[in-house]
Amino acid sequence: MAIIERPSAPALDSPSVPAVATPSTSYGVFRRPVETTGWKSWLFTIDHKKLGIMYGVVAMAFFIIGGIEALLIRAQLAGPNGTVLSADKYNQMFTMHATTMVFLFVMPMAAAFANYMVPLQIGARDVAFPRINAFGFWAFLFGGLFLNTSWILGGAADGGWFMYAPNSSVAFSPTNGVDFWALGLQITGIASLTGAINLIVTVINMRAPGMSLMKVPIFTWMVMVVQFLLLFAMPVITVALFLLMFQRSFDATFFSVEAGADPLLWQHLFWIFGHPEVYIIVLPAFGIVSEVLPVFSKKPLFGYPLVVFSGAAIGFVGWGVWAHHMFASGLGPISVAVFSVATMAIAIPTGVKIVNWTLTMWNGKIRFATPMLYAVGVIVQFTIGGLSGVTHSVAPSDTQQTDTYYIVAHFHYVIFGGAVLGLFAGLYYWWPKMFGKMLNERLGKWNFWLTIIGMNLTFGPMHIVGLQGQPRRMYVWTENRAGEGFFNIGFWNLIASIGSLVLSLGVLLFLINIYVSHRKGTQPAPLDPWDARSLEWMTASPPKEHNFDAIPTVGHLDEFFHRKYEDRGTEDHHDYHQVATAEDLLAEQEANAEKHIHLPSPSYWPILLAFALPIMAYGVIYNILLIAAGALLALVSLYGWGMEPHTATDDDYDPPTTGTDLEVASHG
Amino acid sequence: MADTAVATPVAHDDHSDHGAHHTSTGLSNNKLAMWMFLGSECLLFGGLISTYMLYRGRHSENLGPDQVWDIPFTSASSFVLLMSSLTMVLAVTSANRADDRNTKVWLSVTALLGALFVAGQVYEFTTFYREGLGFTTSLFSSSFYTLTGFHGVHVTVGIIMLMSLVGMISKNRVPGSKAETVELFGLYWHFVDVVWILIFTLVYLIPA
Repeated sequence: MAIIERPSAPALDSPSVPAVATPSTSYGVFRRPVETTGWKSWLFTIDHKKLGIMYGVVAMAFFIIGGIEALLIRAQLAGPNGTVLSADKYNQMFTMHATTMVFLFVMPMAAAFANYMVPLQIGARDVAFPRINAFGFWAFLFGGLFLNTSWILGGAADGGWFMYAPNSSVAFSPTNGVDFWALGLQITGIASLTGAINLIVTVINMRAPGMSLMKVPIFTWMVMVVQFLLLFAMPVITVALFLLMFQRSFDATFFSVEAGADPLLWQHLFWIFGHPEVYIIVLPAFGIVSEVLPVFSKKPLFGYPLVVFSGAAIGFVGWGVWAHHMFASGLGPISVAVFSVATMAIAIPTGVKIVNWTLTMWNGKIRFATPMLYAVGVIVQFTIGGLSGVTHSVAPSDTQQTDTYYIVAHFHYVIFGGAVLGLFAGLYYWWPKMFGKMLNERLGKWNFWLTIIGMNLTFGPMHIVGLQGQPRRMYVWTENRAGEGFFNIGFWNLIASIGSLVLSLGVLLFLINIYVSHRKGTQPAPLDPWDARSLEWMTASPPKEHNFDAIPTVGHLDEFFHRKYEDRGTEDHHDYHQVATAEDLLAEQEANAEKHIHLPSPSYWPILLAFALPIMAYGVIYNILLIAAGALLALVSLYGWGMEPHTATDDDYDPPTTGTDLEVASHG
Repeated sequence: MADTAVATPVAHDDHSDHGAHHTSTGLSNNKLAMWMFLGSECLLFGGLISTYMLYRGRHSENLGPDQVWDIPFTSASSFVLLMSSLTMVLAVTSANRADDRNTKVWLSVTALLGALFVAGQVYEFTTFYREGLGFTTSLFSSSFYTLTGFHGVHVTVGIIMLMSLVGMISKNRVPGSKAETVELFGLYWHFVDVVWILIFTLVYLIPA
């Protein structure tokens, strides 16, 4: 990567520029979009921090859309014989709720933090491939929008988020919804894949001097494990989606049972992706929790190597448990036994993490600020979800629970209680870093408690109605089969629906909190509000475009902490004394600022290339000519991209400058 | 495609890989990214090959693998593709010697051999289709055409990239190190060949 920053003044000793290798202008009459403010600076940016923020904003928007879908589902089920949604609309609603929450909220919100924090945590100035990073964001956004246009183009997908074939064939799902789903997820899959390659290379190759792998902050570690999971899981779902697309659009026979197709093919392909996906969803949140707990307990993370290795172990074992989603499909006793045992085994590394988190807090000076509340919330709520998960690993018990609300209860406890609470911990923890303002603590605590109470009211009763036999995905329940007394599912469904309102109130408070915290006149956040431990806090808030004035040399895990505190104790008894503040360290860095800091220039091509994808996808559904148009745009963008120099030339600036400092740090 | 290094207008043009000196591992970012991408591709072809292996026996009486394959013909086109790996190696060696002329020659020969292979595939598909084996005929045909079609698309994309690379070398517009860029294209090309060895063995050579 070439990291080039526009120098403020022409350097007189710069080497002369031979007229070879680079063209003098980037695109003929078009200037390169070198603006640093205004809408163009966002649209064409390749800065990982701006892209991280955009990932977050878009993910939050999809969170609200997915939340509204959930509220409609709960409104429908609040009473017997619900009439809010038709059966058909109900099917679309739960399918899109799950798809939106998994692919368009949790994953991109984790990507937001990964993009923003990973380069900062490892002391880098950007990711390895900034333009590919921008492409990934736009592909995700366009893919998500494409998916959601199905609502106004004949109806959304209606086969459930795992879209079992042959149930998703044209005969059973005649609208274009499933086509939109299959194509939209291919587009967001491309985004995930490029992001995975980018972040893996970034973490492996761009660490600050001295930062060995076992000194990498734990969030970055978990992000890297997730990127490996994405790298190998995405192609598998891509194959499944391609087959489904060919089946529906080009009459292939992969899932035509009448032609002898195996109905388990889709299930295997989907869950070989789908189970690693579970860890893709939850591990970034685990990383955030592992960052937050030590900071608010004033202790290092207990057993850092164990937390790293258990994260990696989850990443490996996660590939060997997919068939526990298929216990009811008649796999045969040997497969069921093997996958049953593997599933119990994967609870071990997860349990290791829980123990490490608890021991991190043990004897610590705990401050219950909002990020800490959310992190503790994860430990409690995720453990509940994990325990019901272990009951699924027992195949006979799982056979009873399959397709009931008990499953719905389980995965909401792990996804909402694990991933979403963890992401909220990250939002509160890193907000002052990203925006330079503290989120309001009072509102934050209200936000937390309403969310926790809301989620338990919503998802807790689902255990009961599930064990009573209420099936998943049924659009109505009737009074005469609701049962008696404590186990009356009518009562518990009503509670769950009320809980969903409480939960939305909690989320609403978060949005209000953003508004309140950014009103005119609010104080800027302190540089190091939480007394944090890792490198991302060792720079300005929000960080400068080039992240660090001088790249730090790393000697410790928790480098920032060790620069602030000196150990005056003995070998067995640490006795830390503060020797520097964040302000001191920042001033020291600014005093030693590197002279020639190089950042790559913004580019038109990533957004254009990403825009070609939905055009081609619409082409598959409506008109083959659109595919050609999209392919042409993609080709032009790729050539433009391939021949574009990393840095804008003098002609791109207004007014043009001459005598630029062209010393180049070219790596990759 | 890898985000390649900036064309450095700096004087010290020593054909070395500038990137390697600045990374934590010493490997260049581009090369690492290419290996990651190829790792991901393994799973893509893994899924497609599994689908084919599951469905290879599901066809009507007279339109199965044993009836339609023309092993000598496919062996010849496989040989052509494998030879293109040899010419790719020659291109990489030439690029390492900074010999632009021979690099372009060997890249072009590689593209030509690749095109010959794709032409053979088109011919093969046409023949099968004439014999009655359409894309939607059976589970076997759907999965066969999808698997080999995917591979064919990979070869075609490779040919386009090779020809673009020849053009960029001619106009001296390769961003970053020429030798490394050629080597990265080579990695992709060899991968596509290796996948074909797998497909040829599993699809064509093992009797149904």
